[in-house]
Amino acid sequence: MDFGFIFSSALGELFSPTTAAYALAALGLAVHFGYSGLLNFGQAGFMAVGAYGFAISTLSFDAPFFLALIISVLCSVLFAFILGIPTLRLRADYLAIVTIAAAEIVRYVVTTNQLTSVTGSANGLAAFENTFYAMNPFPEGSYMGMNNRDFFIRVVAWGLVIVCCVLVWLLMRSPWGRVLKGIREDENAVRSLGKNVYAYKMQALIIGGVLGALAGMIFTLPRGAVQPSNYGTELTFFLWTCLLLGGMATVLGPVIGAMIFWVVLSLTQSLLYGLIESGVITWLTTVQAGQLRYILVGVALMLLMIFRPQGVFGNKKELAFA
Amino acid sequence: MSETNEQNTSNSDNADNIDYMTDSRPIAVGENTPGCKKRDPIVVAEDVTRSFGGINAVDVEYLEIPRHKITALIGPNGAGKTTLFNLLTGFDTPNTGKWQFEGSSLAGVSSYKVARMGMVRTFQLTKVMGKLTVMENMRLGAAEQPGERLSKALFKGLWGGREKEITAQANVLLEKFKLDAKKDDYAASLSGGQRKLLEMARSLMVKPKLVMLDEPMAGVNPALTQSLLDHIKNLKAEGMTVLFVEHDMNMVRHIADWVVVMAEGKVVAEGPPGEVMKNPAVIDAYLGAHHDVDLGDAEGIKVLEAELEADEESVVGTEDAGILSEIVETKKEDGQ
Repeated sequence: MDFGFIFSSALGELFSPTTAAYALAALGLAVHFGYSGLLNFGQAGFMAVGAYGFAISTLSFDAPFFLALIISVLCSVLFAFILGIPTLRLRADYLAIVTIAAAEIVRYVVTTNQLTSVTGSANGLAAFENTFYAMNPFPEGSYMGMNNRDFFIRVVAWGLVIVCCVLVWLLMRSPWGRVLKGIREDENAVRSLGKNVYAYKMQALIIGGVLGALAGMIFTLPRGAVQPSNYGTELTFFLWTCLLLGGMATVLGPVIGAMIFWVVLSLTQSLLYGLIESGVITWLTTVQAGQLRYILVGVALMLLMIFRPQGVFGNKKELAFA
Repeated sequence: MSETNEQNTSNSDNADNIDYMTDSRPIAVGENTPGCKKRDPIVVAEDVTRSFGGINAVDVEYLEIPRHKITALIGPNGAGKTTLFNLLTGFDTPNTGKWQFEGSSLAGVSSYKVARMGMVRTFQLTKVMGKLTVMENMRLGAAEQPGERLSKALFKGLWGGREKEITAQANVLLEKFKLDAKKDDYAASLSGGQRKLLEMARSLMVKPKLVMLDEPMAGVNPALTQSLLDHIKNLKAEGMTVLFVEHDMNMVRHIADWVVVMAEGKVVAEGPPGEVMKNPAVIDAYLGAHHDVDLGDAEGIKVLEAELEADEESVVGTEDAGILSEIVETKKEDGQ
């Protein structure tokens, strides 16, 4: 086995654009659940709205990059309104039910054959990323072992993660963030103090949703393709895993959680493949190994919940009263 | 209606010269009957009803809450006191009726707007934000913090100044309520009684005109109750009106200027505490005939025994007393 390769590919995952996308989407979940107590089980839907909003406006309407970006963000805001208006006055569970259903609805709508000309059906859309790479300021060449396109998307993705983290941190230390945390604890008490709980919840839902949409774009740009199968329910639960790994009501937690998630996936995959190829493990095929690593992620999550339930960055004191 | 409004304004015009602590003008206009008109009402409720599946939880024909006074709302369990609180503060919607606060109708006004108008409540089942510190709980209560708007939240320069004022205000209140040592702890680490205190202190952060306290003394130790009673009395000096639900009759007797008695959703009696507690209807429905007797000591037992012997309906002192009289006998011997 080539341990050098195993570790370098694991390290590569640390800063891959996919990790950045997961970090952003999990940060959105932190705004939703960690800070406001909104149970969003449809973050994959927000990501799909962001990705398709960008791809469709670029391909069908020839929109320039920033216009497509704005359209995609506006679509996610609209999506948040559609989800929030009927459910945010009700108990938290209803939002959970509606979001999980809405995310699936989005996925099925973009998969339908009737819309093939717009959404590309199950094959998805491709070749919409040129407007993005056209802005690449880095000339061709090798940047830390990457070509200029890979380097550019990483710089943009992680730059966006940093900016969003700072914004979320600024928001959550403000009195606005305090009201949100109050709503998470007891919304009737906050209401009795004269705060418009509904408006705050809606704002939080929109902000987390926009983070999800941005994540959707970051997720699709390096792939050069957007496919409905990428935005299934399991994506939402991977994001929840990232959030729980890192710590729920923290800013850095989702980012570190996403990194841990992808490094663990990469390490287990490479190690299992290495062991299978070198003949140490004979009772597994490489396909089975690919499945097994998700089981291992589940086991890791269980261990974490037992030994460090607050996540990597969470505050242990908060759990004492859970 | 307009006549009473004019009267209100004329009253509040010269109100500045009046010390609310010693103001002894009569509260009611005319007789102290259930639903009587007040000299200066802050809340007026008319025909407010709320039923849960055929049971009339609240059926108030007419009720006025006097301004700058401490009003106690008493009544047996299930009388609809808390439901009335919910209705008045917009946490629940009545089936029928009109109700207004300072002359403006509250029908269809959502609870947070009611609170902004200056009518702030606490809850019988205490609601504190467990995973926020005591200080953050207090700060959350404050009104007019520009940083609570999303558009200004990012810039500390826009809300930092107000935050300092709020913190100073919170420190004063926390000291009054003996919670200053706890201010950096999570509210979830407070005991039940301390949570009651925190909730009350937090509601005062809003600087309300009318404070509605739902059983503020339940679970608070006697020494603290004494100092809290003083705080509540002092709220009057600051120009606030207090409406509270409480079962502790000592508290009602000591601080309430006016008592409203509810039973089965209706207002059955109103008046100053001394008068209401002699009202036979109130004694029947709520207090019980022997509410003055302290059953904890031997003297009390003797008094009760004497009262019961005089009472024709009681078996004590008759041949039917049986084992009951034996207990009283032994208690009597112990006492001597």
